[in-house]
Amino acid sequence: MQTKETIVCRCEDITLDEIKSLISQGYRTIDEIKRVIRAGMGPCQGRTCRMLIAQELAKVCGIPVGEVLMPTFRAPVKPVKLGTFAGGE
Amino acid sequence: MQKQANVVIIGGGIIGCAVAYELAIRGVKDIVVIEKQYLSSGATGRCGAGVRQQWGTETNAILARDSVRRFEGMNEELEYDRDIEFKQGGYLMVSYTQNEWNQYKKNVAVQHSLGIPTKMLTPQEAMEIVPHLNINGLVGATFCQTDGHANPFHVVDAYFKAASRLGVKFETYTSVTGIKREKGKVTSVQTTKGDIDTPLVINACGYAAGTICEMAGFELPLYPQRHQALVTEPVEPCQGPMVISLHYRLYCQQTPHGSFIMGVGDPHEPKDFNINSSWEFLEDVARQATTVLPLLKNLRVVRQWSGLYDMSPDANPILDEIPEAKGMWVAAGFSGHGFMVAPQTAVLLAQKILGQECFMPIERFGLDRFRRGELLLEPAVV
Repeated sequence: MQTKETIVCRCEDITLDEIKSLISQGYRTIDEIKRVIRAGMGPCQGRTCRMLIAQELAKVCGIPVGEVLMPTFRAPVKPVKLGTFAGGE
Repeated sequence: MQKQANVVIIGGGIIGCAVAYELAIRGVKDIVVIEKQYLSSGATGRCGAGVRQQWGTETNAILARDSVRRFEGMNEELEYDRDIEFKQGGYLMVSYTQNEWNQYKKNVAVQHSLGIPTKMLTPQEAMEIVPHLNINGLVGATFCQTDGHANPFHVVDAYFKAASRLGVKFETYTSVTGIKREKGKVTSVQTTKGDIDTPLVINACGYAAGTICEMAGFELPLYPQRHQALVTEPVEPCQGPMVISLHYRLYCQQTPHGSFIMGVGDPHEPKDFNINSSWEFLEDVARQATTVLPLLKNLRVVRQWSGLYDMSPDANPILDEIPEAKGMWVAAGFSGHGFMVAPQTAVLLAQKILGQECFMPIERFGLDRFRRGELLLEPAVV
């Protein structure tokens, strides 16, 4: 696979190559990778990249994808305006 | 994992990593940092990331002032391969009540006595700095251009890499299960990966510092308090400084990435370890933020999170050796502003532990102050 051209996190433009590089440097959870490179911090909140990164981690760690530590799921599911939360809209 | 060490640091947040670096750069060998999860997984990685010198107590102001100088040159000093993203857009502290303004004036007098270049502004002048500021009812504002914010993940990463190059070992996903003492001295740290014999332990566990001290038979006067934050979608740069309103309990900054990060303090927050995010927070912070900065009502929230302040009775940290367990030091109780003072706090602690001359008196941060009732009460905490 063309890892340099394969986008894993579409919101933040993170490639598979960058993810693999961080895993090889010793970053071992989705949360750690997110904090260093912003994967999963965009508007979709990791709905696409979360599982793709989990797959890569599972391969390297030799564990089932289901055992990769998931970040917590928190509101809002979709971006919502501050004005809406404030009750103004 | 190794069986012996000269120093065991518990906690892989900003304090633990910075102290590890400052000890190692002063020639201490064989240092191990124990972290329950991954580096900056606790309060550091959840903080508001602000760096301000506008404090009301001299202690906080000195630590922050000198830490700003360290942040300014940190990429070079620590030879960091990324960027700590230190942006000095200033802090604008806005005041909507006369009482608050009177307190701000006292704070500014403290800051000026220490050479911190804070300016006192009229509402009009404040609006020139932040054009979307609500000046309805605004009494005045204080502004310090050299305040700012940095990326906590990268600051920790920078200290981690620099300390690693100096030989410091980091044991992540490792929990401390006990502290052994003999004749009033600490002798060993028990962990989920085995015991490490050591004559020196530094407890840099933030909100968990009390739990660690209990293992050594000592009760710390600290308590955890949840604070929540949110981040919006990124937009073009439009707000230079961090805006703080103690009256509205709000802080709000625009990061170099373009997103806005903001939080409010909740006076009714119970003293416990809960770090779940709540919908009540989203409504509360949205109301306060759109009151102080009405333009932000159009920004979309993408994520919220929470973390724990390690509150001390006077909102100043504890930097001291535990009398019941010699060799065990506490560096905790930063009460929500540990990140910004960490660089120089780490220097102060390293100097004290190594018997070097301290750049400021460390005794002010002693445990004794609570027993004597001589608190260093900090009036400027959100």
